Amino acid sequence: MFLDYLYAAGFAIAGFIFLLLALWVGALVQPKDPSGRKLTTYECGEIPVGQPWSQFNIRFYVFALSFVIFDIETIFLVPWAVVFKDVGVVGYVEMAVFVSVLLLGLAYAWRKGALKWAL
Amino acid sequence: MGVTVSQYLAVSALLFAIGVAGVLLRRNMLVVLMSVELMLNAANLAFVTFARMLGGVEGQVIVLFVMAVAAAEVAVGLAIVLVVFRTGETTNVEDVSSMKW
Amino acid sequence: MNEYALGQGLWEMGFAAAVPFTLVALSAMAVLLADLWLLPSQKRALPWAALAGVLLSAASVAFLWNEEATGFGGAIRLDRFSAFFAMVFLLGTGLVVLLSSAYARREGVERGEYYALLLFGTSGAMLMASAVELVTFFLGLEILSVSLYVLSGFFRQRPASAEAAAKYFILGAFASAFLLYGIALFYGASGSTTYAALRESFGSAAFPYSHGLLALAASGLLLIGLAFKLGAVPFHMWVPDTYEGAPTTITAYMSVVSKAAAAAAFIRVFGASLSSLQQDTSAVLWVLAVVTMTLGNVVAIAQTNIKRMLAYSSIAHAGYLLVALTAAGEAGYSSVLFYVLAYVFMTLGAFGVVSLVRKGEGGADAGAEALDISHYSGLAGRHGLLAAAMAVFMVSLSGIPPTAGFFAKFYVFSAAVRAGEVGLAIIGVLNSLVSVYFYMRIVFLMYMKEETVPVRGSRSRAGWVALAACVLGTLLLGVLPSSFARLATESIASIF
Repeated sequence: MFLDYLYAAGFAIAGFIFLLLALWVGALVQPKDPSGRKLTTYECGEIPVGQPWSQFNIRFYVFALSFVIFDIETIFLVPWAVVFKDVGVVGYVEMAVFVSVLLLGLAYAWRKGALKWAL
Repeated sequence: MGVTVSQYLAVSALLFAIGVAGVLLRRNMLVVLMSVELMLNAANLAFVTFARMLGGVEGQVIVLFVMAVAAAEVAVGLAIVLVVFRTGETTNVEDVSSMKW
Repeated sequence: MNEYALGQGLWEMGFAAAVPFTLVALSAMAVLLADLWLLPSQKRALPWAALAGVLLSAASVAFLWNEEATGFGGAIRLDRFSAFFAMVFLLGTGLVVLLSSAYARREGVERGEYYALLLFGTSGAMLMASAVELVTFFLGLEILSVSLYVLSGFFRQRPASAEAAAKYFILGAFASAFLLYGIALFYGASGSTTYAALRESFGSAAFPYSHGLLALAASGLLLIGLAFKLGAVPFHMWVPDTYEGAPTTITAYMSVVSKAAAAAAFIRVFGASLSSLQQDTSAVLWVLAVVTMTLGNVVAIAQTNIKRMLAYSSIAHAGYLLVALTAAGEAGYSSVLFYVLAYVFMTLGAFGVVSLVRKGEGGADAGAEALDISHYSGLAGRHGLLAAAMAVFMVSLSGIPPTAGFFAKFYVFSAAVRAGEVGLAIIGVLNSLVSVYFYMRIVFLMYMKEETVPVRGSRSRAGWVALAACVLGTLLLGVLPSSFARLATESIASIF
């Protein structure tokens, strides 16, 4: 019991040391030239425009919602998959019904143009 | 030594109370929404605690359902906040009061 | 699985119990999908598709009328009680769809989502009435509520509608959270969420004291959630604003279906399962009933907007329902069922008239909804039939014979007297007297006053059919109440 905790603690400490080590080695070998654009926020290689508190495109919201739908789907799919063999045909059909309802939602979102970026 | 059932329930009740206070006291609709979510999650914690106490999984299954419901609710809620913002340019609960008595 | 035929197997698993609301949900999806491929000119078919779904489900309920089945591991139950409420919900939905067919087009919200959400909401309400397990009941409640949140904000461009949705949503989600916490406590106290387990745990007085406390706390939380849905004081704050801002047909739907669904769930949980807590719950219900009736009726007097007046009237009617729930027992609960049925006809009728009356030519906003009470002045001279229908509903809502409202109140108050709640019955009757004032004011305006603002009635044939059905139902229940009362009693007997 106590040994288990020790293992876990050992891993945690080793991970932490590795992190510090990697940063330290990096700091040791990298050339230092903190100037201009290098100090700006990193945004996938783009030059940042404006403040981070800008208004977001409404499209993000629609995408986030579609994501949530399928995210929730997985929390039902995973427990089902674990006991797949035990629940038999009935369980399979029930899950098929569930997934097809969600597919219907996807079809709706697709047809309404929620999956397109263009406004 | 371990955390007892009543301690879990105390945390759950505390979370619920924080949620209630948030809904009643905060004026930003988004914060109110988050407070409601906190209340739902307090209930979830209670479900899981009871499931553990009773030695069953029923409570854990219920939590999955509650999460799905909460997701649906928050999606609709955000959409409503958005509509309110578009028609009235505000997310403050007190500003949304064109109708009285 | 292979030992018997599939149909037989499904029957024994209790899938029959799910048929009525599954049909409604399926038709909702069909409407939603059909809308995506329909041309704008074909959108007129949508209400008829929705109506077909309602009729299909009603046919299935009629077919299963004498059956009893418990399905999905004891989560839902089909019996006379759920069949009765299914019929009430389907009747309400059908009438609302008919009223909407003209209203939605005129207001520019004739879209698949509108009808699909109506049907989804109905399936949720049916699930609430047939659930015999707390989480299933919660799911039904949320399906109904989420549909209504969206529907009440369906006029996206209008601030009032957005405000209605926002208020309804915030308070509704708040109440649902209370309800859910109550369910969690019940689960902890009895180890299961089925109503049968609740009855077993709390049916006898032998349960441990600590569990009793837990059950009381849980009942309180559950009561908050249901009182909110019912629109009872002090959880009524959303009612006037939401009723005023939401599309009129949706207001009608909300006031009928969500109230009936809350009453159904209440009877199943508190009446049939937690009867041992009766003493404690009735004390709370007594207070709720008195303040709800009184506040609803008194504040309704001061209203100038007809939808708002009907909103306060619906609060008052929630109070009468609470009187019946306080009375409890088979007499009390069967009077709830009769009341709900009567309420469908008279309230849908009243809101139906409101949805059909519009401002006439000559004003800047001709064609807009005529929502001010003064717009009803002299309606009888111009639209005799519309005024006559409204008069019938007002008479019925105030509880004057020979209408449905009279017998609904009669059964409620006599159940209260029989249960020994004479004081409550007297307060109820006094409240009805107060309500006569503001209901009859409308009748007075329509028949005795001169027209101030020109109004005109919609010529929608579907709307007129719905109104005719409401008038007919109101009068039928008022003239031949006994057979419907027997139906209600039988339905209640099936759950005890």
